[in-house]
Amino acid sequence: MVYKPDRSVAAVNLSGSRKIAAEGGNMAAMLEVNDLNVFYGSIHAIKGISFEVNEGEVVTLIGANGAGKSTTLNTVGGLLKAKSGSVKFCGKDLTTTPAHKILREGMALCPEGRRIFQQLTVKENLEMGAYTRNNAEALETIEKVFEQFPRLKERQKQIAGTLSGGEQQMLAMGRALMSKPRLMMLDEPSMGLAPILVEQIFDIISALNKDGTTILLVEQNAQMALSIADRAYVLETGRIVNSGTGEELLHDDSVRKAYLGD
Amino acid sequence: MLTYLINGISLGSVYAIIALGYTMVYGIAKMLNFAHGDVIMVGGYASFCTMTYLGWPPALAVLFSMVVCTILGIVVERLAYKPLRNATSLAVLITAIGVSYFLQNAALLIWTSNPKVFPDIFASIPPLVIGHVEVAADGTESGGIIISATTLITILVNIAIMVGLTLFTSKTKMGKAMRAVSEDKGAATLMGINVDFTISMTFAIGSGLAAIAGVLLCTAYPNLVPTTGAMPGIKAFVAAVFGGIGSIPGAMLGGILLGVIEIIARALVPSVPSDIFVFAVLIIVLLVKPSGLLGKQIREKV
Repeated sequence: MVYKPDRSVAAVNLSGSRKIAAEGGNMAAMLEVNDLNVFYGSIHAIKGISFEVNEGEVVTLIGANGAGKSTTLNTVGGLLKAKSGSVKFCGKDLTTTPAHKILREGMALCPEGRRIFQQLTVKENLEMGAYTRNNAEALETIEKVFEQFPRLKERQKQIAGTLSGGEQQMLAMGRALMSKPRLMMLDEPSMGLAPILVEQIFDIISALNKDGTTILLVEQNAQMALSIADRAYVLETGRIVNSGTGEELLHDDSVRKAYLGD
Repeated sequence: MLTYLINGISLGSVYAIIALGYTMVYGIAKMLNFAHGDVIMVGGYASFCTMTYLGWPPALAVLFSMVVCTILGIVVERLAYKPLRNATSLAVLITAIGVSYFLQNAALLIWTSNPKVFPDIFASIPPLVIGHVEVAADGTESGGIIISATTLITILVNIAIMVGLTLFTSKTKMGKAMRAVSEDKGAATLMGINVDFTISMTFAIGSGLAAIAGVLLCTAYPNLVPTTGAMPGIKAFVAAVFGGIGSIPGAMLGGILLGVIEIIARALVPSVPSDIFVFAVLIIVLLVKPSGLLGKQIREKV
């Protein structure tokens, strides 16, 4: 069964720009990762990865546990330092930019395991997401995030650690949206969630993309990820071994065998 | 008895102000800054020198010593602790003890071991007299209580700091960012928060508060020597552990309770040094409730 995203989900226009066709070809990529090498101590975790994300696309990195998906995202997000290679965003080289400055460039990372601030309230978590912006802008965006996630509005005064798993994932995504990113990177947003919530989260991701936010998605749930992705890369032990459109990979024999349980 | 209680709260207020510095730094940088007590001593000397040698008014001297201690806190963090951000906690602990000895010996070099007599900056303020107090020939008071200006001001300053700090951490962007950093540095970084800057600010605030504590302490106990800050620093650490290290209201509660315990013990059993009771508190807390009175239960992740 191929999951069909529900396009009727209430969509709120967060950035104002419309989706630009990725097939333009002559346009420079929004995010260009070139020959990236990352080490954990002496372990060569990422072995010369290159990929790109064009404005308006949903791109997904799929692969087994330990293939290097999260490492790749964390390196692009600045949390890990690359040994060699480059990360370019909107033409600007961000390879050595400290992590706390990367958000200001328009790239937000919604990390694996959500990592919301458990002891802060829901609203305070969202305010932290807008740390780099002034209060007036933050207030405006918080209303839009509340429209997108009505549950968060109901629970805005609650301590975030008391939310359910699905609500915490929504909070993590809402928090990342508070910086009005042009590119949102999501690391395993479906992890630990019930199937019905997974569908809901993927609907929201599709809706965000429709509203003009470019998405780079890392997922173990390859079926779901490929069904909403414009393009996808398959990672295996630190290398990209396959790539194509989401549709192509959904029907690719080796991918079906390895990741879709056929 | 009431007098003892009030004096205990006053001494405890000083411990509480110092303990705030310990607890905030622990909460955010996850380290015990054992040099914190010696920042108090530097604050004491800074205000002593400007008042005695330069004739500055007390208010200005206090402000000056706050500036000195704030800068000292930032510099110590930059030079001694920041290079050890990813080192083991033991290395950081030993460095902190080293900084403590460095500051004490630097003070010894500059001001020698001769005690300086700290001026009573609240001398012009009359004590608060409640009821009709009769002073007998042997000095015992009856019929009411006399609260000295120092005692009263110490308690009021403590309340003001508590309220100010609570508002700061719950209402301001920087304060919320500090709470975010104390919980998850990586996630805070992803929000665009500069973690190094936030840690610097925490040291700055803690050290600025230590300067205030130094002036209050030296006004109450006017003998100023290079080791003045050591014992109150250790006791404030006990207070922070007692209240639950990392918790701001815990530092307040722990400080005040510890002050009261110390003064009352001193009154009830004058033959036994009261410090015994203070450190007995530490041992009992560590045995019975290691997370402290208001501390969070920390579950070890396996």
